[in-house]
Amino acid sequence: MSRVLALRDALKEAMIEEMRLDERVFLMGEEVAQYNGAYKVSKGMLDEFGEKRVIDTPITELGFAGIGVGAAMNGLRPIVEFMTWNFAILAFDQIVNNAAKTLSQSAGEFKCPIVFRGPSGAAGQLAQQHSQTFESWMANTPGLKVISCIDPGDAKGLLKSAIRDENPVCVMESEIMYGFQGEVPDGEYLVPIGKAAIRREGSDVTIVSYNKMVEEAKKAAEELEKEGISAEVIDLRTIRPMDHATIIASVQKTNRLVVVDEAWPFAGVSAEVAYIVQKHAFDYLDAPVIRVNSADVSLGYAPTFVDEYLPNPTKIIKAVKEVMYVNK
Amino acid sequence: MATTTKNSTESKKNSSTTEFSPKTYMEWYEMMLLIRRFEERTLMEYGRQNIRGFCHVYIGQEAIAAGLISALRPEDPVVTGYRQHGIAIAKGLHPNACMAELWGKKTGAVKGKGGSMHFFSNEHRYFGGNGIVGAQIPIGTGIGFAEKYKGTDNLAVCMFGDGAARQGALYESLNMAQTWKLPVLYICENNHYAMGTSVERTSSLTDIYRVGETFDIPSEAVDGMDPGAVHNAMARAAEYIRAGNGPYFLEINTYRYKGHSVSDPARYRTKEELKEYMAKDPVKLLEKKIIEQEIATEEQVKAIKDKIKATIEEAVTFAQESPYPEPHELYDDNYVEDDYPFLT
Ligand SMILES: Cc1ncc(C[n+]2csc(CCOP(=O)(O)OP(=O)(O)O)c2C)c(N)n1
Ligand SMILES: [Mg+2]
Repeated sequence: MSRVLALRDALKEAMIEEMRLDERVFLMGEEVAQYNGAYKVSKGMLDEFGEKRVIDTPITELGFAGIGVGAAMNGLRPIVEFMTWNFAILAFDQIVNNAAKTLSQSAGEFKCPIVFRGPSGAAGQLAQQHSQTFESWMANTPGLKVISCIDPGDAKGLLKSAIRDENPVCVMESEIMYGFQGEVPDGEYLVPIGKAAIRREGSDVTIVSYNKMVEEAKKAAEELEKEGISAEVIDLRTIRPMDHATIIASVQKTNRLVVVDEAWPFAGVSAEVAYIVQKHAFDYLDAPVIRVNSADVSLGYAPTFVDEYLPNPTKIIKAVKEVMYVNK
Repeated sequence: MATTTKNSTESKKNSSTTEFSPKTYMEWYEMMLLIRRFEERTLMEYGRQNIRGFCHVYIGQEAIAAGLISALRPEDPVVTGYRQHGIAIAKGLHPNACMAELWGKKTGAVKGKGGSMHFFSNEHRYFGGNGIVGAQIPIGTGIGFAEKYKGTDNLAVCMFGDGAARQGALYESLNMAQTWKLPVLYICENNHYAMGTSVERTSSLTDIYRVGETFDIPSEAVDGMDPGAVHNAMARAAEYIRAGNGPYFLEINTYRYKGHSVSDPARYRTKEELKEYMAKDPVKLLEKKIIEQEIATEEQVKAIKDKIKATIEEAVTFAQESPYPEPHELYDDNYVEDDYPFLT
């Protein structure tokens, strides 16, 4: 059996279930307790777990991320919420220089089992500083695992896996998808880190994507269907480690690949996917891989800029037709 | 300070007790009312979806902007956070440019690129609204560093909220500013809340001016509902800084009457608290003082109100009639070069 839940409620269930199971797990961040979360992901958690385990911090991202790292090294399992990943930039020192490197530099003496989570990606007309995408930034760092998924059922199972993981895990959510609804299985379940999901089967072209761009890819696939083009849509769900097998098997079937990635193009997730496909499935490709990214610029505020900036079904369809050598 | 010379023989109150010239009071009043009406209209236009994104208004904090225009010089650079419309207007940005920016129009202060959180104007020495809490603190310090380096006697005004005062960047900046005797006026606009979090819940040190004292920086708490008090504190600070003594720290106590941003219902504070601060409304109190102490007549005050009403209407019409930027302008101003090879 399953229920329909919004992404925010699915994520909350994951945290609540893990906190009931494991006394060492606690949640810390700005406005997570009394205000019930800036985006209401932690609604009601203060009431259930009290101030010891649901903790409002001052606006001090570097400081509380570091407190999380120290607590994790010393036997606890923190969940550190960033109001958005844009503000986590202040904490990159602790995430990249410490959480990611604790195990290596201590030669296994210390682990750092911590979850850093919050929304990533553009969310309307929020302008340059509030619209960035962070999967590739974090996934570039050995020592970190990176999850990015907006399907409520999968996001719940992945967050539970992240909380139980012995490594630091960065979880990327989405501000504008917190109300996005989906089936969430009843009862206890985990979704493994490192496995992609095929959201739609198809035979003519593979579209690889993640986070909210999967929905754009699905819309494009529906349109393409009407024109007789059958697109397979893969949701990476985990960015690092990336599920090469699922991507390669799909490309071996369809022989064509479009990567849809909200991040900027340079050295991003789309570049990584294109690399592994040319490396492992070169002989299967019937066309060069094409990627659809956000524009290679900072996002301005005006609505005309937002439309120009983001990937959308029209741009995806155009890319698909390009790899299929269809010209219309 | 100049006392008013206005003849007040028919007055019940003695206007000779006023501390500043009538001109100063009227300049404050006009600026504060302009900001108040601009922000009220901003909220209305947000409701009509002409303005979008994150939008934080300055209603309740106007007396701080007033002090800025009378106590400091136009050449003094200013940097602040995202609650910035009032400061930008006080620095001389035209309400038309500000309103058009809120609408995301090409004629806006930054051509529709910034929206509510990011106005800038080199001409007016306005170094922006910063969206990252506390980021403007070291930046303001660096702006002051440059003034000293260039040998001017300008001071850099570095404004931030009570929430921002918890970022490590403040402590690092204060230390360097004091060590290097930088001409920086740090202004913490303490409106008592950072989103839903009260000052008491984020620190054991609730008198924020004492943060300045720990670095031996002269520091004061100021009544931010009274433009006269704000002016006097800023004037003292400016004199000290311009004499080459280094930074100065003001905690200006104020209140925001609206929620943190347009989407915040502000349930974390009591009706009583809001009422208490409403009774200290800086715009209303100043207007009362002007009438009661006969600094100006009711007709003169009404003339200012009418003028401001017309200014706001003009700004909205200007914004409405201006075009959105063309999509390709998204690529402008990412690099200084016109022919930068963007990836596609
Ligand atoms: C580094 C960073 N963390 C979090 C946020 C989200 N945020 C925006 S405003 C704000 C509260 C700031 O409060 P305060 O400094 O008191 O300024 P006020 O809004 O009261 O003017 C927060 C947490 C942000 N923009 N930047
Ligand atoms: Mg505040």
